[in-house]
Amino acid sequence: MTLLNCLRTAIIAIRLNAMRSILTTLGIIIGVASVIVMTAIGSGARKEIEDQISALGTNMLTLSPGSSRFRGRRSEAGTAKPLSEADMQAIQTQVPGVTLASGELRTTAPVVYGNQNWTTSVTGVHAEFPEVQDWDVADGRFFTPSEVRSGIKFAVLGNSVVKRLFGAVSAVGEQVRIRGVPFEVIGVMETRGQSGGWRDRDDIAFVPISTARSRLVSESGTTPNPVGSILVKVADSEQLAEAEQQISELLRARRRIGPGREDDFSVRNIAEIVKARRAAQQTLAWLLAATAAISLIVGGIGIMNIMLVSVTERTREIGLRMAVGARRRDILTQFLTESVVLCLIGGAIGLGVGIALTFVVAKLADWSVLISSETIAIAIGASASVGLIFGFLPARKAARLNPIDALRYE
Amino acid sequence: MSAVAEHPTLPPAKPLISCVDLTKTYVMGEQSLNALDKVNLDIAQGEFVAIMGPSGSGKSTLLNLIGALDTPTSGKLLIDGVNIAEMSADELANLRNREIGFVFQQFNLLRRTTALENVKLPLTYSAKQDIDANSASRARLEEIGLGERLGHTPSQLSGGQQQRVAIARALVTDPRIILADEPTGALDTETSYEIMDLFTALNNKGLTIILVTHEQEIAEYAHRKLSFRDGKLVKDTRKTEAHVR
Repeated sequence: MTLLNCLRTAIIAIRLNAMRSILTTLGIIIGVASVIVMTAIGSGARKEIEDQISALGTNMLTLSPGSSRFRGRRSEAGTAKPLSEADMQAIQTQVPGVTLASGELRTTAPVVYGNQNWTTSVTGVHAEFPEVQDWDVADGRFFTPSEVRSGIKFAVLGNSVVKRLFGAVSAVGEQVRIRGVPFEVIGVMETRGQSGGWRDRDDIAFVPISTARSRLVSESGTTPNPVGSILVKVADSEQLAEAEQQISELLRARRRIGPGREDDFSVRNIAEIVKARRAAQQTLAWLLAATAAISLIVGGIGIMNIMLVSVTERTREIGLRMAVGARRRDILTQFLTESVVLCLIGGAIGLGVGIALTFVVAKLADWSVLISSETIAIAIGASASVGLIFGFLPARKAARLNPIDALRYE
Repeated sequence: MSAVAEHPTLPPAKPLISCVDLTKTYVMGEQSLNALDKVNLDIAQGEFVAIMGPSGSGKSTLLNLIGALDTPTSGKLLIDGVNIAEMSADELANLRNREIGFVFQQFNLLRRTTALENVKLPLTYSAKQDIDANSASRARLEEIGLGERLGHTPSQLSGGQQQRVAIARALVTDPRIILADEPTGALDTETSYEIMDLFTALNNKGLTIILVTHEQEIAEYAHRKLSFRDGKLVKDTRKTEAHVR
């Protein structure tokens, strides 16, 4: 019997009991939908992490001041003594493995070009920033170390800012005003796109950190040459943990934190932050995996049950098919095809439900999801496998019928 | 066809079906029952045979064995010189497909399936894939006068029409033997005669027809009557040329 004939016979048989067939596939529908949602969340989370790691640099540590304590009362983060350029230099010279570092001093300010006005994150950085972040200039150039020291009024813009202010005009060489201070645009950064949380990372303007300090950020503290946070690049990812440890010790010494007292700063490993976020998503993914597995098994048993009913109902038909020349394997193939087709129909419906649910989850939980062709292949593969595994027993029962008994069956 | 077709009562040199000490024993717990007990019998190509006997006489068992639906306990059953006892399940299936057409009392058509699809069924299991299943099935239905009802399902057809579809299905692979188990058992008298006339016409074209019946009138259509009792062949009568209808 040809495959085409098998398929036709299967579809006819399923259509004869359309209602029963659809109800039977409910387990498969739920199972496959869970598989889709699970893998969509899983691969979405993985992609988000990969994006963030590549965006923030793999071997990067972020140092920022923590909360200060005053008479046992903890204030909000960033209220402790700020980090300074001296801290940054000490880390660069004293911690082995640290190749590069850049300060980061952020403020939010309007940038004006002609009659266009756009408020963005204006960030003072060192000349090493592009290398620390693995983020190159697309057009023009970045600041040199001597320019950063001199406090020159140069700016390098992110792509989104350029689009807002200049449209199609080239920004390099033009004058912009940031908080009323004129700056010359010397470069435009490469496009980085959106981060996992839909934050536009190209909506940013860079200026030399010294210029930011003197012109844009009002200095109130007593620390000379403060930096908001320090980005440190470690040569090798294997040295990351050790560097983290040594930086902590160095900063504790410099900030005179006695033993037994808490750090008033934090050293964060980008990968770890992202991993922590992922854990929650992973938990849900496992939960869905369990649901999927249970639903597919329960669905499979449902399929087996209905196929056994079908074989019994159609005993005389099986006898007749044998009488007109069907071999045992023809009967086996026929019933296996039927259960696989039944499961694939359930799988297709489950795929639709799963994709719809995925978008609902993405909207409600604000997670990034990803439906890949792989996901769809898994869904189809899972339902076809359930059909094969749970359809085998009924199909074998049909194939093993004695033709005479089957023909006489009432 | 061959010369046999024009003289159906003449025994040819080599039989198409040959039973030698054919025995079928059913074991039920401690007891064993000889459904067929050392039957010796030859049926030639082109014969029209009626098998008669009370229930339990072994007539259905014989039909099942000739139909290659079952294998004998002992003895030989040769179809075209080949012993079916030595055939594998797949070989038996192929034999049923190629050489034998079955007609049943309850028609055994696939429900909610058109007449054309029902007739096509044996061809889907046929090894010869080169023939056009659709046109072959259509031709068979036209031959037996159902050319107008190709798309009808069994529930839209009368009993006689259903049995005609079943006969077309039996004929579609061009078998040499038609086996009919009480083919008129579910039909009224007039329709029964129509079906028997159809069998007679097929026999005249050279087909070997073997039918099981318990109705004397139906058996009269055949040229040879085999009577069974307790698994044994007790009477084998042939009509002379003059008696043939």
